Amino acid sequence: MAKIVAITGNEAVAHALRQVDPDVCAAYPITPQTDMMQRFSSFVSDGLVKTELILVESEHSAMSSCVGASAAGGRVITATSSQGLALMWEILFIASGTRLPIIMPVVNRALSAPLNIHGDHSDAMGARDTGWIQLWSENAQEAYDNTIQAFRIAEHMDIRLPVMICLDGFIISHSIERMEYLEDEEVRNFVGEFKQLNPLLDLGHPVSYGPLILPDYYMEYRKAQDEVASKVSSVVLEVAEDFEKLSGRKYGLFETYRLEDAEIGLVIVNSAAGTSKDVVDEFRDRGIKAGLLKPRLYRPFPYKETGEALKHLKAVCVLDRADAFGGSFGPVYLDIATSLYQYKKKPILINKIYGLGGRDYLPEHAELVLNELAEIAKTGTVKSYKEYISVRE
Amino acid sequence: MRKLLTLKELSKKEILLSSGHRLCSGCGAPTVVKMVLLASDYPVIASNATGCLEVSSCISDYTAWKIPWIHNAFENAAATISGVETMYRSLKKQGKIDKEIKFIAFGGDGGTYDIGLQSLSGAMERGHDMLYICYDNEAYMNTGIQRSSATPYGADTTTRPAGSVIPGKTEQRKNLTRIMAAHNIPYVAQASPSHWMDLMKKVQKAWEIKGPKFMNIISPCNRGWRSRTDDAILLSRLAVETCHWPLYEIENGVTRITFKPKEKKPIVDFLKPQGRFKHLFSFENEWILKKLQEDIDREWKRLQKESSSEKEGGSSPS
Repeated sequence: MAKIVAITGNEAVAHALRQVDPDVCAAYPITPQTDMMQRFSSFVSDGLVKTELILVESEHSAMSSCVGASAAGGRVITATSSQGLALMWEILFIASGTRLPIIMPVVNRALSAPLNIHGDHSDAMGARDTGWIQLWSENAQEAYDNTIQAFRIAEHMDIRLPVMICLDGFIISHSIERMEYLEDEEVRNFVGEFKQLNPLLDLGHPVSYGPLILPDYYMEYRKAQDEVASKVSSVVLEVAEDFEKLSGRKYGLFETYRLEDAEIGLVIVNSAAGTSKDVVDEFRDRGIKAGLLKPRLYRPFPYKETGEALKHLKAVCVLDRADAFGGSFGPVYLDIATSLYQYKKKPILINKIYGLGGRDYLPEHAELVLNELAEIAKTGTVKSYKEYISVRE
Repeated sequence: MRKLLTLKELSKKEILLSSGHRLCSGCGAPTVVKMVLLASDYPVIASNATGCLEVSSCISDYTAWKIPWIHNAFENAAATISGVETMYRSLKKQGKIDKEIKFIAFGGDGGTYDIGLQSLSGAMERGHDMLYICYDNEAYMNTGIQRSSATPYGADTTTRPAGSVIPGKTEQRKNLTRIMAAHNIPYVAQASPSHWMDLMKKVQKAWEIKGPKFMNIISPCNRGWRSRTDDAILLSRLAVETCHWPLYEIENGVTRITFKPKEKKPIVDFLKPQGRFKHLFSFENEWILKKLQEDIDREWKRLQKESSSEKEGGSSPS
């Protein structure tokens, strides 16, 4: 039986972690994630979970001890934001290269300099090619649901890769929303017992983790990792199907909103997708065929499926909450462009950078973009392929 | 649980770092590792910082380690083993594992004194039941003899070469053993492979103490020290006998010198056989020899005072 609550994103994810009840959690405080791990720590102090906490002295050590704990042979979690994720960067590759199913909510926040504690996607976008699976979440419900599904995806015997669950700092982490919990037992049954694979703690079969591999085999090792990553999409869909049976909530590789017959469309991840959907509705009411695509599995990126879903549109704007500087485009734009490149007939593709460092994204911004797309669809003329919106000139 | 440390008994034990590893001939590190593992009567799981020992002992598809072993990165051997140890405690608490297992981290001086100091300090402060072993060869040997904060004053290294203007390293060595003692952990010790019985007794003692333990073990490197290939044990003995590397332990805050040389040898006895100090024996660098001797005398005096003033509380490592 689902329980309906009013809850913040951080609290929702903390409860998902409590319900899964991992063996080890390594945590280090950073805004806006702190509140999530504080909540989880109180579950530990109150004996609501069996988890052993490692209260490390840095995020670098958080990820390092997660690697040790996961290789030892159990379920391991941590969480971070921004600078914390940046500090982990070196070990993110080691976690994925060693094929360790570590689960990490990332409460998205801008990167320094200048110092800023508010939500944007520069942190997780910077870590998009670290070999981790990334699931992005629009709201507290999705962050909760993605966290629960992440364990099944990460621990799947064909996958064994770490997963980041991304949710917007403050906008989702600290805002109260309506959400439905699953029962503790339902979550535990859904996630199941952790299955060990070559655990360090197995004294009968001593294993060596982290060998040196020189040019003779390094590339084969990387190719094998690429092959594993290519299996992630189907596992994500399989887990989503089971999750729908349990919760009634449907998940895919991405969400399409009024996209099937659309002529113009927005591509946007996380919380701003919610705002944009309302504006898409307004445009539909006015008889303009607008739609939206919201990536969920962002890494490994489902290029084929995304391209198929967007190819029939006349004009598409990818909204990025992170930028690659100096004339390049935002990270999501680059992936969408790649997914469409192979098609002869494809939409005109523009890029808007929005919401950096927590700058509000308002319905009027979506409206401006959709108006521009309608004009492009009509005339075929593009004024600017990349532009910052809601910014002082 | 503790077995006798006689050569006869030890010869019956399996060597857990197998031969065929690719460390240089005459390297001190594998000798140190073998002694540590021989002294362990419990099953041991080890983490290893990136460095000579790590790159030479596990080159896919081969491993020299007969114990479970993990290499993560350069600066995080302590954090890594703290994760393994925590998972062990979690699974033990849940009744999923019942064996008594000990946890150890091996790192060189670069991975311990320098880049890994934060990770080590954090793990020690958190109180993990683990032993950290630093095999200290006094420079970044794996990357080609660059200076570290463990490199002695005056030594010639590739990043602070002895030149016509600068006479090698011009900074003091960091006293890591004392830094670790300042963490107020239950056991800190310094050891040398030349005094194998002392080293192994300290390891045995460490395993009987619950909580974080740290051992700093000198480990000669003939490539970096520019010494003879077969001089590792001789040089580590000279390091002890000149008090360059005093053997002592600090148990629950009480310092005890575990080996007092009958006659303290002059530091030049340790420096002379090593090419890295060759330039110090020229007239213009005489002041460095003098300074090195003064530094050692002062530290030895301080250590003796620390040790004698706490004599009543001292205990034997046997």
